Amino acid sequence: MARAVSTQHKTIATAAAWIVALLIFFPILYTIITSFKSEQEAIQGFNLFPSGTTESYTAVEAQSGYFKFFLNSVFLSVGSTILALLVAIPAAWSMAFSPGKWTKDILMWMLSTKMMPAVAVLFPIYLIFRDTGLLDSRIGLMIMLMLINLPIVVWMLYTYFREIPGEILEAARMDGASLWNEIVYVLTPMAVPGIASTMLLNIILAWNEAFWTIRLTTTEAAPLTAFISSFSSPQGLFWAKLSAASTLAIAPILIMGWFSQKQLVRGLTFGAVK
Amino acid sequence: MATQQTRSLARFMMAPSVVLLFVWMIVPLAFTLWFSFQQYNPLNPIRDGFVGFSNYALFYSNPAFLQSILNTLILVASVLLITVIGGILLALLIDQPMWGQGIVRILVISPFFVMPPVAALVWKNMIMHPQYGVFADIARFFGGQPIDWFGQYPMLAIIIIVAWQWLPFATLILLTSLQSLDGEQKEAAEMDGAGFVSRFIYLTLPHMSRAITVVILIQTIFLLSVYAEILVTTNGGPGYASTNLPFLVYQKALLEFKIGQASAGGIIAVILANIVAFFAMRAVGKNLDK
Repeated sequence: MARAVSTQHKTIATAAAWIVALLIFFPILYTIITSFKSEQEAIQGFNLFPSGTTESYTAVEAQSGYFKFFLNSVFLSVGSTILALLVAIPAAWSMAFSPGKWTKDILMWMLSTKMMPAVAVLFPIYLIFRDTGLLDSRIGLMIMLMLINLPIVVWMLYTYFREIPGEILEAARMDGASLWNEIVYVLTPMAVPGIASTMLLNIILAWNEAFWTIRLTTTEAAPLTAFISSFSSPQGLFWAKLSAASTLAIAPILIMGWFSQKQLVRGLTFGAVK
Repeated sequence: MATQQTRSLARFMMAPSVVLLFVWMIVPLAFTLWFSFQQYNPLNPIRDGFVGFSNYALFYSNPAFLQSILNTLILVASVLLITVIGGILLALLIDQPMWGQGIVRILVISPFFVMPPVAALVWKNMIMHPQYGVFADIARFFGGQPIDWFGQYPMLAIIIIVAWQWLPFATLILLTSLQSLDGEQKEAAEMDGAGFVSRFIYLTLPHMSRAITVVILIQTIFLLSVYAEILVTTNGGPGYASTNLPFLVYQKALLEFKIGQASAGGIIAVILANIVAFFAMRAVGKNLDK
């Protein structure tokens, strides 16, 4: 069914798409390039060819202890995701396999909690965190991120679980499989890809969350979002250092993101676009 | 088919999620509602007490309030306009047969994965800085005068940054939808002599309409609460020129400790979000029935 496409058409489309794509990508590319410049180079006008020094990277670690923030980001995004999965898997499971009268309403209600603006509860949350000693604690922020992303996690898992054919379950039951065996040998192997996709997208969302992570932390629990925000009022020359810190902050998640395009579409449109 | 036992098991499995989300939704919101009718200042507790609707009146009479609502709506509308139209055009372009389509997709989607503070700071310092930014370099190259983006056009600068973050999302969703369009339908239309424009209007656009709706709704939810981008670039200024509602509430609550007013602002933000949510839920809900 392939349509004949003229080479000319293809060449024009390729050129146009690459130009637009490179323009969109340019701020990221230029940040990476600048991170390999010295501070002097970085402010000497437009230049795509850095000297290749890595002094900014060592400076970022030496002056501001980058690695601690990085570890906090990893801990918070992975931790909150695992926590959310633990809570969400049973719920999504039961909604997909034994839906009741209220299943749809519950799903819609869960989605609606995602629409509550964070600022509306900023002060109460701040108070609760202060009075329970959770301010600037990794555990408190982890719970926070878990709650924020829980609706998306339940929804995404639900759309994946719903695609597992119910007949297989019945067949296993007929063969006398216990509930436990059913879960371990029949359902888990089929559910793992969906759970992995959900996990990937949720780590990305948690990593980039930039309201609570900035407002509820000061030093101890601060992840990369808070660290980078502290660069907004810099002292002295800092273009190359800002670039190095930015590159380090986005690199892991950028690479993960490239592998998660499909899951992203599905997760963020709540299964409406696949 | 479901027995009594499996039904109660299902309820038991659902309970943790439901209870957690319920508490998370109700408790802080109840606090906010209560505070919005109180005079409450942690620094000066003597005058605390019930004040009726005066917080709402104060928030309303604050000139920053109308400005912030206006800025919120301008930000949401402008970014939606740019990303939806830009996203459709980009999706149509990337859908064409070409060399290196996979890499083009990766390059285009990348900004979405950049955390908001990084995106904002990179644009502020490397691209839009009036002295060292790339835009300034370009202006000087053509003999022009560099623009002080955040001083002169703060809202426009923030709109550009936020649109850059969300254009990839719109493009990706719309491209996914475009690629699910039946090839045979397209061919049939072509054979019937439908040109590119009429194919787009009568076939492609209706097919994408649900994806477009979803893009608009999801983005609106996130765009209503843009925060970090403003915090690290203009800090709401100059004056209140780039303060949106979330930022104003943050200023009232954590910088001025006017908790009552901030809470009233928060409740207004909830009402605004609910109006949007009402339409969002209907669109997503329709899809559930399929």
